[in-house]
Amino acid sequence: MRIALFVTCLADGLYPDVGRATVRVLERLGHTVEFPEAQSCCGQMHVNTGYQKQAVPLVERFADVFAGYDAVVAPSGSCVGSVRHQHAMLARRFGSRDLQQQVDVVAAKTYELSELLVDVLGVTDVGAYFPHTVTYHPTCHSLRLLRVGDKPTRLLRAVEGLELVELPDADQCCGFGGTFALKNADTSTAMLADKMRHVLDTGAEVCSAGDSSCLMHIGGGLSRIRAGARTLHLAQILASTREDAA
Amino acid sequence: MSAVMLGMPGAPPTSPRGTGHLRGDESFPAAARHSLADTQLRSNLGHATRTIRGKRAAVVAELPDWEELREAGRQLKVHTMAHLPDYLVQLEEAVTARGGVVHWARDAAEANRIVVDLVRATGSDEVVKVKSMATQEIALNEALEDAGIAAFETDLAELIVQLGNDRPSHILVPAIHRNRAEIREIFLREMGDVDPGLSDDPAALANAARLHLRRKFLSARVAVSGANFAVAETGTLAVVESEGNGRMCLTLPETLITVMGVEKLVPRYADLEVFLQLLPRSSTGERMNPYTSMWTGVTPGDGPQEFHLVLLDNGRSAVLSDAEGRDALNCIRCSACLNVCPVYERAGGHAYGSVYPGPIGAILSPQLTGVEDNASLPYASSLCGACYDVCPVKINIPDILVHLRVEHTEAQAAASRVPTAEAAAMQAASLVMRSPRRWRLALRGGRLGRLLGRRRGVIGEVPLPVLKQWTDARDLSRPPTSTFRDWWAREHGDSGPTDGGGR
Repeated sequence: MRIALFVTCLADGLYPDVGRATVRVLERLGHTVEFPEAQSCCGQMHVNTGYQKQAVPLVERFADVFAGYDAVVAPSGSCVGSVRHQHAMLARRFGSRDLQQQVDVVAAKTYELSELLVDVLGVTDVGAYFPHTVTYHPTCHSLRLLRVGDKPTRLLRAVEGLELVELPDADQCCGFGGTFALKNADTSTAMLADKMRHVLDTGAEVCSAGDSSCLMHIGGGLSRIRAGARTLHLAQILASTREDAA
Repeated sequence: MSAVMLGMPGAPPTSPRGTGHLRGDESFPAAARHSLADTQLRSNLGHATRTIRGKRAAVVAELPDWEELREAGRQLKVHTMAHLPDYLVQLEEAVTARGGVVHWARDAAEANRIVVDLVRATGSDEVVKVKSMATQEIALNEALEDAGIAAFETDLAELIVQLGNDRPSHILVPAIHRNRAEIREIFLREMGDVDPGLSDDPAALANAARLHLRRKFLSARVAVSGANFAVAETGTLAVVESEGNGRMCLTLPETLITVMGVEKLVPRYADLEVFLQLLPRSSTGERMNPYTSMWTGVTPGDGPQEFHLVLLDNGRSAVLSDAEGRDALNCIRCSACLNVCPVYERAGGHAYGSVYPGPIGAILSPQLTGVEDNASLPYASSLCGACYDVCPVKINIPDILVHLRVEHTEAQAAASRVPTAEAAAMQAASLVMRSPRRWRLALRGGRLGRLLGRRRGVIGEVPLPVLKQWTDARDLSRPPTSTFRDWWAREHGDSGPTDGGGR
């Protein structure tokens, strides 16, 4: 199976460790991962901020770059949500018939990391070792756009040494919401405060999630108040092994 | 947006825009700043929304066919909207045949004028009111007061709001922002006939309101109501409420005036079966609604002998003409979306400016008024999708929010040849991201950000526009020394294919 990594623009530029970890997990499971370098962004930022037309060239690029693979994996529920739901809408509104067909084909084989591992590759124990207390924020788009359900936590429960503690009000948004965090900074901060309170209430050392954007928000808040808890992407935990711990 | 009239028959080709209490004095972020700082409000709202959320989730989980009910509700609404002019004419004929009088109101001013004239014609200078979003929307109480007519709200929460000289902040629970200690103070201060020893026990507060209102019910000659549903085939109106005050208003006075948005129609009497299951579970978290009053025209010797139905457009035809946004009209005002919304829970209803708060307000108000008059509302959401999940008629609120954002940015672009800073930034990002070469260079350039945050390894407060909005409350990760693609090129060399590259 030819698996392509869609690393996402955020991970490419700011969180390369998340991309590296995704590659590492899949390679450890015996798969070959390819990285088509012509990729950039899914276009979600443009769509959600009200600039749909500017997103169309990015949708075309995405469909073009990833057309030749059996599966596309991204370490982001939000970006995969955009690929599955927004690309078809944009292609229908602004694109050719060819593009409409192309985005449907590509979207159907684009997976968020936990979906690829559990649904496509049929794995829940990826052979990871992570001796820490972890709580999991399910992220809105993984939860409500992709319906990934308990796939991420099933993967985490299979990690050796990891103690998973339940996050209260886990399904509540952390307040990121892309440009929402800038346009409605005060409301966003109020939402973040409650999310951080819940994370700290669990006593976990690590708050994990399947989206670098939500983690950037939660982690940025925790860092600002020197909370003593950190954030790590699901991929980074799944990539950890005994050798790392030693 | 097309200006084709799809809603009210016989109206001019340009749809009227909504007037009345649909616009705030401040933008959402500015108004939210006040409410976010009100710790009492935050506590009241947090407690109340959490309670209703839990009740709703429990009773919805009891129904194995909940998703089928939602789909039935959605399809009924979509069908009704597609044939709205026909059903409205059918309703008018049915109501008229049963002895009612139908009036058509283009906007708030016209509706208020009709109601004031009808009340004056009865010779009465006071009316009792059933809780109604439509009359809040058109500011009827203010119009009646200007005409020397006293309006008495009889719903407990609406009474609290009226006595407190306040504004409603929730569709179902207008006084959700008040706790019982505050309510006791309002009653002691404003209710002339209250026992000075009144406690803040909910039962005692309800009883004080009961005694206060009973005199109004028995003396009032005119009542004004809204409507939850109107049945086109029979001309039947329905009001759904929890306290019995509505039943009193709808049955005791001689004259009943009902103000209803044109979108409240259902085609057939049997369709109510779907909505009377969806509504109580979604709104109050009850299995069945306590008081469901239905009436058809007038019945000699029983109930009001004069019945007027005022059909209100006030921007609804304009909403209906927008294929991407019209589903907002399918709303049955259950307020489940408010109770699950993390933005509503923290900012409160008043921050939305309009009488329609929360996620549904954020898509309805800008469409009723035109997005330019409520430009901040489509952005008052993190697009978390909780509202769409609970909506009993499956309105895709996040998609409509995004659609309205597009309308707003396109209106801005049309209004000025100079793009806004945001539009310029988005255009630049699009140009960079569509070219692999420019994107690679931009990613490398991002490392310049490492100049910031050398001391702590993260970027703290930065007094620059946009960045400041973020770093006021959150640190920012310091850009890494190497991007992912640089690492990939080093580790995997030329093994990675570059499909579609080189543009």
